[in-house]
Order: sequence, then C-alpha cells, then structure tokens
Amino acid sequence: MNLTLHVWRQQNARTPGRFVTYEAHDISPDMSFLEMLDVVNERLIEGGEDPIAFDHDCREGICGTCGVVVNGRPHGPRERTTACQLHMRSFADGDSITIEPWRAKAFPVLKDLIVDRGALDRIIAAGGFISAPIGSAPDANAIPVRKVLAELSMDAAACIGCGACVAACPNASAMLFTAAKVSHLGLLPQGQPERFDRVRAMVAQMDAEAFGSCTNHEECEAACPKGITVETIGRMNADYVMASLTVGRRAARLGDSGGG
Amino acid sequence: MTVSALALRANATFIGSTVGRKVVMAVTGAILIGFVFVHMIGNMQLYLGPEALNHYAVFLRTFLHGAGIWIFRAVMLTAVVLHVWAATTLTLDSWAARPQGYRLWEPKESTYASRTLRWGGVLLALFIVYHLLHFTVGSAHPDFREGDVYHNVVAGFQVWYASAIYIAAMIALGLHLDHGLWSLFQTLGLQHPRYKRYIRLFAHGFALLIVLGNISFPIAVLTGVVK
Ligand code: HEM
Ligand code: FES
Repeated sequence: MNLTLHVWRQQNARTPGRFVTYEAHDISPDMSFLEMLDVVNERLIEGGEDPIAFDHDCREGICGTCGVVVNGRPHGPRERTTACQLHMRSFADGDSITIEPWRAKAFPVLKDLIVDRGALDRIIAAGGFISAPIGSAPDANAIPVRKVLAELSMDAAACIGCGACVAACPNASAMLFTAAKVSHLGLLPQGQPERFDRVRAMVAQMDAEAFGSCTNHEECEAACPKGITVETIGRMNADYVMASLTVGRRAARLGDSGGG
Repeated sequence: MTVSALALRANATFIGSTVGRKVVMAVTGAILIGFVFVHMIGNMQLYLGPEALNHYAVFLRTFLHGAGIWIFRAVMLTAVVLHVWAATTLTLDSWAARPQGYRLWEPKESTYASRTLRWGGVLLALFIVYHLLHFTVGSAHPDFREGDVYHNVVAGFQVWYASAIYIAAMIALGLHLDHGLWSLFQTLGLQHPRYKRYIRLFAHGFALLIVLGNISFPIAVLTGVVK
C-alpha cells in the first residue's frame, strides 16, 4: 500500500519543530506501524537524511515505550492496542497519516516523536512501592487476599506507563496513570500500611509535575491500551479525601510512654 | 515493622492539590444543585396564582425572624465563590499543561456537555448576575414592584428577550448539570461499575427535569397561560 505521512520533526527540546510530509511506498499491510516507520527510515538514511526518531522497545505491547498520536488518536485507531501492535491493515491504501508526539508540558519533546516521560517515573518514585523486610521470600499465600480485590488490583497493575492517558486527556492530566499506580497497591493487604501516605505523596508529585486536572471526559480510558478504567480515579480520589481527613491523627499523646 | 510516612512536598496541601480543588468544586456543585432543584419547586407556585407565590416570597424573607434568608444567601455566595475559584484555577492549570496542541484531534468518549462545561459555567455566572438584577434587585426589570413577585415574573417574562435569555441560560444549565452531576459522583469516588449507568441516567433525567421545569415559566407567560 502507498501512504502519505505528515510527521512532526523537531531537532531537540530547544528548537521549534514542524510537520514534514513523506511518501511511504510499497508498505505491506502485515507490517506493524513501527515497522512501517522503520522502512521509511531506511529510505531516509539511504537518501542521506536524518531518520524519524521514535521510542520503542519490546514491540509486543508490554513495555509501554512506544506511543505516538496517529490521526488524532494516541496509539492509533485500534482500541486497546499499542502503536507497536497496530498493523498497517488498519489503514487503507492512499491514506494520509498524521503522526505527532504526546503533547503535554510535563512531557517535553526530546526529538521528533520522542518525549521525556520522566515525570511518570517521579510519580512512581514518590510512593508507588511498598516497604517490605528483606530476607527470605515470604510463603506464597501466607496473606489471604480476597479474590475480587486481587483481580481489581491486577487490572490496575496492567498499566504499562506509556502516557497515552496524558496524551488523550483534553487537560493533559495524569490522573489515570497515577490512579492506576495508587490503586494496584492500595487494593492489596501488602499495600495497606502506606496506603494513605502513598496517595498523598503521589498526588503531590503529580501536581508538581504540572499535569492538568481531570474533568471526567473519559478520553484516557478510551485511549488506554490496557483498558484501565476511570474507576481507578474515583478510588484514588476517595483515598485522597480519606487520607487528608485523617492525616496527623495520633494514636497516643506526646509524653505517653510508647516507644518509637 | 512500622512504616514511616512517605516524604511529602512541603507545599502540598489539600486545598492546593488538583484532587482537593476538584472535591471543593464537587461539594459546592452539589449544594448549588440542591438549590437549583428547591428553587424550581418553589417557583412552581407561579401556577397556583398570585397569593400563593407572593406568600411564599414573604415566607422566604421572614423565616427565622428574617435571619433565614441571610444565612441562606451567605451559604450560596460561599458556594458560588468557591466553585468558581476552583473551576477557574483548575482550568488555567489545565490549559497551561498543554501549551502546544495537536494538529489532528478526534474525541472519543468525551461529550458535548463535558467539552462545554467551562464556557457553560461562565455563561451561568453571567446569568446569575442578570437574574439577581432582574428579579431580586429589580434594576434590570421594566416595571419592578417590591413584594409583588407574581407581577414581577409575569411582566418580566412578557419582554421577549428577557424570556429568551432565561431559556438559553437554562439550556446551558442543563448541559452543565448533565455532565456535572455525574462528574461529582466520580470526583468524590462514589462510584461502582454496576451503578454507573444509573448515575448517568439520573444525571440526564435530572438535567432534563430542571431545564423543562424552569423554561416552562417564561413559556407559560409568553403564551398567555399565566397572566
Ligand atoms: C447553578 C449553578 C451551578 C451548578 C449547579 C454547578 C454544578 C457543577 C457540578 C456538580 C460540577 C461537577 C464537579 C466535579 O467535577 O465533580 C461542576 C463543574 C464545573 N463548574 Fe459548575 N455549577 C454551577 C455554576 C458554575 C459557574 C457560575 C461556573 C463559572 C465559572 C461554573 C464552572 C464550572 C466548571 C469549569 C466545572 C468543571 C471544572 C473541572 O472539572 O475542572 N459552574 N459544576
Ligand atoms: S514497544 Fe513496548 S509497548 Fe510498544
């Protein structure tokens, strides 16, 4: 198939970018979207031009590294599909395809279609973990977990951190991402000790990264390649309210003999 | 093993956070929704004739020895100020969060109501000012008679453009509520996949009820049903 690509080209974070049009000839419908870009890049390199920079790693939809906005949809037109798992048969011969990077202040463009998603890493670092004693591995199943909570937690843990939710959100909000990370730990017994401190710390970091705020458009849910739902956001909000209402609560007064 | 508090940024407060301000907006929104509903039910007395409506107005001005209306006004003013403050700061933050937009953009899940929430809110703010000048203060009314509410409503709505403003404002309110009412449940975390459909239906139905109920007043006057 033959396609016309309009691709965002930008040398680096400091220079302004622009759209450049390329003709992509003889593309097999069985190629993935990224393989199509590989072919275009091969030809650019042969012609002595700078290839289009785009992020990718696993190419099997599990690492969350890839991600571009294709014709106005993050990861392209197919539901629950990362750009690396999108095939060219989703397009028609002669189509025009506009390819843009994720757009958010918190995601500065590094080059062409590659953005810096370090902000998401810093949200995780702020609280997306549990504290556990080191030593020998605990017995499997030593802590009972209610089946439905284990499933809900796994649903949230499916987040691959690609950032499509931010890209899709009209407010460039990272609430779906943050809520998924808050949720998957907060639903499990192992996540309880830090549950309320975690949600406050992660929301604070999310705000500090200058993401926007949710207005419940649900564009994030529609764009998420892993089908994370906005229920996670409601769960995060409820935890945040509870955490804020109970913060600073003391179990014993100062001067009581309880040790530290 | 005890776990110490995770480090929190020093400037992170509930009211400064995005989630906290959304909660403020949802709670004040709920107060305003309660008001809008009671206000409409009260105004239905237009259909019972001049005595009923004017009597109701006297009651509003005198309950709790006249303190009631001031307590009520203080609550409403606080709710509106907090609601508009939260909406404005969150909106500006969100706009700043995407300095460069997309060339192509295809919305999928968002609705007309959700995308017009902000400008609808601005329209409502303007309408609230007009509405107060029209029926409470009377300065935007062609023939205002202190205490004769029935006359003020009928004479006010006989001016076609005043009626048009009310009808347009109620449509804006309906859209705002259609998204806002559902949104407030989601913001407060009062949600469950099983009940989502019903909350949505409730929001649609409530918004429709408010729009139809309120626009019935100017239409009744314009068509001469109420004179
Ligand atoms: C009759 C008056 C009003 C009612 C009943 C009302 C109700 C609501 C409700 C229930 C919400 C949803 C809150 C949430 O997301 O959880 C909302 C959101 C909003 N309201 Fe209002 N509102 C009113 C007036 C206004 C006014 C005067 C403005 C003026 C600017 C405004 C601007 C907004 C905005 C911008 C949002 C969404 C902002 C966001 O989610 O970031 N509203 N409203
Ligand atoms: S490259 Fe790993 S998810 Fe697409």
